[in-house]
Amino acid sequence: MNRLNALFNKKKDNLLSIYYTAGYPEVNTTLDIAEALEKAGVDFLEIGFPYSDPVADGPTIQHSSEKALQNGMTLTLLFEQLKDLRKRVTIPILLMGYVNPIVQYGVERFCKQAAELGVDGIIVPDLPMYEYEAMYSRYFIDNNLSNIFLVTPQTSEERIRKIDELSNSFIYLLSSSSITGGNLQVSVNIEDYYKRIKAMQLKNPAIIGFGISDDKSFKKACEYAAGAIVGSAFVKLLGTEGYLDKIQGFVKSIRP
Amino acid sequence: MKYGVNEKGYYGDFGGAYIPEMLYPNVEELREQYLKIINDADFIAEFDQLLKDYVGRPSPLYHAKRFSEKYGANIFFKREDLNHTGSHKINNAIGQILLAIRLGKKRIIAETGAGQHGVATATVCALKGIECVVYMGAVDMERQAPNVSRMKMLGAKVVPATSGSKTLKDATNEALRDWIGNPVDTHYIIGSVVGPYPYPDMVARFQSVISAEAKKQLFEQTGKELPEYVMACVGGGSNAMGMFYHFLDDEKVKLVAVEAAGKGVDSGHSAATTFLGREGVLHGSRTILMQTDDGQVVEPYSISAGLDYPGIGPQHAHLYKINRAQYVSITDDEALQAGLLCSQLEGIIPAIETAHALAYLEKMTFNPDDNVVICLSGRGDKDLDTYIKYFGY
Repeated sequence: MNRLNALFNKKKDNLLSIYYTAGYPEVNTTLDIAEALEKAGVDFLEIGFPYSDPVADGPTIQHSSEKALQNGMTLTLLFEQLKDLRKRVTIPILLMGYVNPIVQYGVERFCKQAAELGVDGIIVPDLPMYEYEAMYSRYFIDNNLSNIFLVTPQTSEERIRKIDELSNSFIYLLSSSSITGGNLQVSVNIEDYYKRIKAMQLKNPAIIGFGISDDKSFKKACEYAAGAIVGSAFVKLLGTEGYLDKIQGFVKSIRP
Repeated sequence: MKYGVNEKGYYGDFGGAYIPEMLYPNVEELREQYLKIINDADFIAEFDQLLKDYVGRPSPLYHAKRFSEKYGANIFFKREDLNHTGSHKINNAIGQILLAIRLGKKRIIAETGAGQHGVATATVCALKGIECVVYMGAVDMERQAPNVSRMKMLGAKVVPATSGSKTLKDATNEALRDWIGNPVDTHYIIGSVVGPYPYPDMVARFQSVISAEAKKQLFEQTGKELPEYVMACVGGGSNAMGMFYHFLDDEKVKLVAVEAAGKGVDSGHSAATTFLGREGVLHGSRTILMQTDDGQVVEPYSISAGLDYPGIGPQHAHLYKINRAQYVSITDDEALQAGLLCSQLEGIIPAIETAHALAYLEKMTFNPDDNVVICLSGRGDKDLDTYIKYFGY
């Protein structure tokens, strides 16, 4: 059991997670941001490592990735910054990024180091189930790291069952088939989709992400899932002057 | 086929489908349907007829006598430049539009580098009355302006990709993002043998008409079943894969793939993927790509927009790794000189992409009896500006 499992055992609803890109807007504030988010009451964090070709991301996170790369952020540097992670932050931490930088770093080495630093899970949007199972799952399992899979309104029930089976912390439910940074649109179809997932009684809790940007969309998401993830809206805040001091207020504005 | 794709979508270590879950249903639908559809008698009949009456196939296999004399071998050009829209790209565009219609899709998206694939896609969308959106790097839109106008005239919407290097790889990213947001009604016509499985195999099959014809034509003209050499330029690698396809299993045939060295392989301004790249994941498949130690994709450079791509198709990566084909490279200058030479010796102005393949003839030694087939993948009209500037005509 890792910190994520402990969290989900203890708390079943209204969970708030925040995503941000390491190295943006400044290269060395990764842990300062994490600390401020924990202090503001966020339940768990997704720290993104930047990639040059982030196909699942909209303009906001694309921009943050580009800037982070210009700032010199690399996986090696991120791991160096995370050396003090567990001295400063106690909430569960996920790393999120695309598969190519991990492949170059070495998947086994990546998993081992992440676990040693106190990371609890990994989200790799372009690492599909077959490739994960066939080539990489043992490194995740050996290091007690949760691998988080995405589910969209188009994902078949059979595939969701399989994803549930392979998951051991939570399932990342996309509010629609879209890149990051859109607006949560709750249509009849989306309600049906959330209800359909709920009715499946999966063993893993679901957390909704993509398109959660304010208290309204957060609240709506929590009606159907254990919680929600805010990404682009927070990354936008990081692009403003004095962002560290604004974190407390931002979190309150999402979950009063 | 010995060098074909396996049931999981891999060529040896390369291939697969590294896609976000948002694209899974689209790609899975294709995977389940593509062979069934393209092997259907009705599909084959319509595809063949359009290739004949609309594209103008079979394209000639032309014995280039003055080139042959200069290089001391029998050199044949497979004249894909004579196809409707001016390159081999139309073969795949016709195949995929017919497939998209049979999948019930109402909207087509595509990426384009030199604009040849964009023009081919806009053309088949006009032919079939389907909405068409083409993503093109902002830099490429500038250097291939005539093709942008062509696409617009054909009724397509051309959207500039303004991220990253603003070239082919970024146009591909934008097209993938569009597809993520439009998962039900849209088909993405990828223009090269890249992308998640089944694209590399599907595009190779549609382009394989090049080598199927060439094999037959060579026999008719020379009485020989097989050439000694088959050559083509490689960006993503679709004309090369089409040109190699029916020769792959004939191990005696030497396959030569010519990459773009740009200003020189070691100049820092190059697109010579097999020289500069390492194994990794790009645009949905495990392949060889140019990247930093940290796994960031490097922005390539070539004067030829169609070869200005940091990866190669996974089947090429496999053929390279197991040494079934030889991968070489040619600089901007060498290519432009070869383009001029072909214009003046054979009366054919080739696309600068194609000129890379022609340029490599300078570096080869032949026996006088050798038969050499080169894919003349495209015509040079779109590149006149570049040629004119370089040579000062």
